[in-house]
Amino acid sequence: MAQTTKVREEGAGQQRPEFKTATGTRYALDRLFTIVVTIATLAGVAVLAILLIDVFRDGAPRLSWEFITNPPSQIFPETAGIIRPLVGSLWLLGLTALISVPLGIGAATYLEEYAEDTLFNRITEINISNLAGVPSVIYGLLGLGIFVNLLGGLTGGQSAVTGALTLSLLILPVIIVATREALRAVPNAVREGGYALGATKWEIIRSHLLPMALPGALTGTILALSRAIGEAAPLLVVGASLYLTYNTTNPFDRYMALPIQIYDWISRPQDEFRVLAAASIIVIMVVLLLANSVAIVLRNRFQK
Amino acid sequence: MALESGQTRSAPEDWRRNSRGRELRERIVKVVLTACAYLSILTTFGIVFVLLFETIGFFRQVSIFEFLTSTEWAPPSGDFGILPLVYGTLMATMIAVIVALPLGLLSAIYLSEYASRGLRRYLKPALEILAGVPTVVYGYFALTFITPFLGNNVIPGIESFNALSAGLIMGVMIIPTVASVSEDAIFAVPRSLREGAYALGATKRETATKIVVPAALSGIVAAVILGVSRAIGETMIVTIAMGAQANWGGSPTESMQAMTAYIVQVVGGETPRGSVTYQSIFAVGSALFVMTLILNLVSYWFVRRFREIY
Repeated sequence: MAQTTKVREEGAGQQRPEFKTATGTRYALDRLFTIVVTIATLAGVAVLAILLIDVFRDGAPRLSWEFITNPPSQIFPETAGIIRPLVGSLWLLGLTALISVPLGIGAATYLEEYAEDTLFNRITEINISNLAGVPSVIYGLLGLGIFVNLLGGLTGGQSAVTGALTLSLLILPVIIVATREALRAVPNAVREGGYALGATKWEIIRSHLLPMALPGALTGTILALSRAIGEAAPLLVVGASLYLTYNTTNPFDRYMALPIQIYDWISRPQDEFRVLAAASIIVIMVVLLLANSVAIVLRNRFQK
Repeated sequence: MALESGQTRSAPEDWRRNSRGRELRERIVKVVLTACAYLSILTTFGIVFVLLFETIGFFRQVSIFEFLTSTEWAPPSGDFGILPLVYGTLMATMIAVIVALPLGLLSAIYLSEYASRGLRRYLKPALEILAGVPTVVYGYFALTFITPFLGNNVIPGIESFNALSAGLIMGVMIIPTVASVSEDAIFAVPRSLREGAYALGATKRETATKIVVPAALSGIVAAVILGVSRAIGETMIVTIAMGAQANWGGSPTESMQAMTAYIVQVVGGETPRGSVTYQSIFAVGSALFVMTLILNLVSYWFVRRFREIY
């Protein structure tokens, strides 16, 4: 009410000629603002483009099949490759998916389909959104305290399993949120139809709700896993290796990882190693861009 | 069987036998799914337990007062004043916010008020890719592109590790966070407010900046707080591009160490488990956890507030 009166008073006080002269500047400002917001939006994309071009220029000459298949080196940059970190990252990816996807989908199903509106469940929900905001390096400290020190006997200490468990806890909130949204998008009629036919809750979930929620859940899962692939900080804390003389062959082996290798090469002052870092970045960016595109295509199809 | 003994009697029997199995399965499934959901509570407890356990050990040897107020950070000589690390973290974060606040907010305005539907479909995924770039890649970019660029063209005396480059790139990293959360808030502003503004003769810019943005303000504040929290917890950019030297009161062109970078520095060395230095990373981690937790909760509160209004 107060606002309306204010506007009316201002309107009454204003003279017609004044209003007319103002439109010129106002429209000019409008055009200027349109340009400013457009540039601001493109600025982010432009930085992404410059970054990709810069990395490509630095690293592309060094890319070759040998670069992929040779073992890394901290002494001979000419022959160094990324096979061991690549194998390590693949182990991490597989194990993390194996651990986080069932847990994430299970948790999302419980929260969306089973949970009643109790205080405890509400706390669980707030807790999950909070966990999504905990810095990744803190997950590293959690992994160091629990999986390396406390449960070292089970996990093999600084092993690929430890790395995967740590990454799983890190990305679980993302998977849970995405799966919940996908489940929420399934119309209630599906559930009611199932009950009307005498199906139990789990039968409906397994045969209809989860398959229908799959594309949405998959999109979130791919994005979450691609985040896990690029993470370096928590892995450094739980003891990923900067150098190994062998390929990781089982989950309880020590492991290298691509982002860790990139970090190691960046932190060496010689230019040859930075070139290696750039070449590795190209490899990891290609993988991530592919994963992102798949996720985006899936989601666009899903939204239609 | 049903034909021999008569449908009315055997059907309920079949049904009952069947349903007992189903009920059991239902109960087991529910327990399993519940366990998955409550794992998140366990994770939080795990974090708090690990941080507290080692931090208490740390404070047995270093006074909590010194830790929180001293400006000397030199673990080898036993000086554990966290302020220089907090200074490094906040310096980079402040620079990041100076970059991300205008760019993120203007992007959000553009995406929700100006961009055509077709363009939106390309711009939003592009911004998401920006959010998906691994932070080591940003670190590489800050160290090998931004710093030399600034050194050659803008600030000749800039150190090869400095807060400015790290902060600028961190700002780019959090643009998507600021933009997407603000856009949600702007999108939630009811159409009637915009139409009211147009009916009063406001232009598109005036509607956007004087009606829509103020109406979405609490969501935008939430977005910025979330971005700040991301920046504070960011590790690899500051580790790679900002340096490993605690620096209290230094200028943005100097090398300094962030809290997260200190943690990475210690775990990279041969620090024996149980030593003060080893425990100090958990103390720094606790400080980091508390800072981001408070910011996240404040942001959560702001998001809820703007949802409640409309």
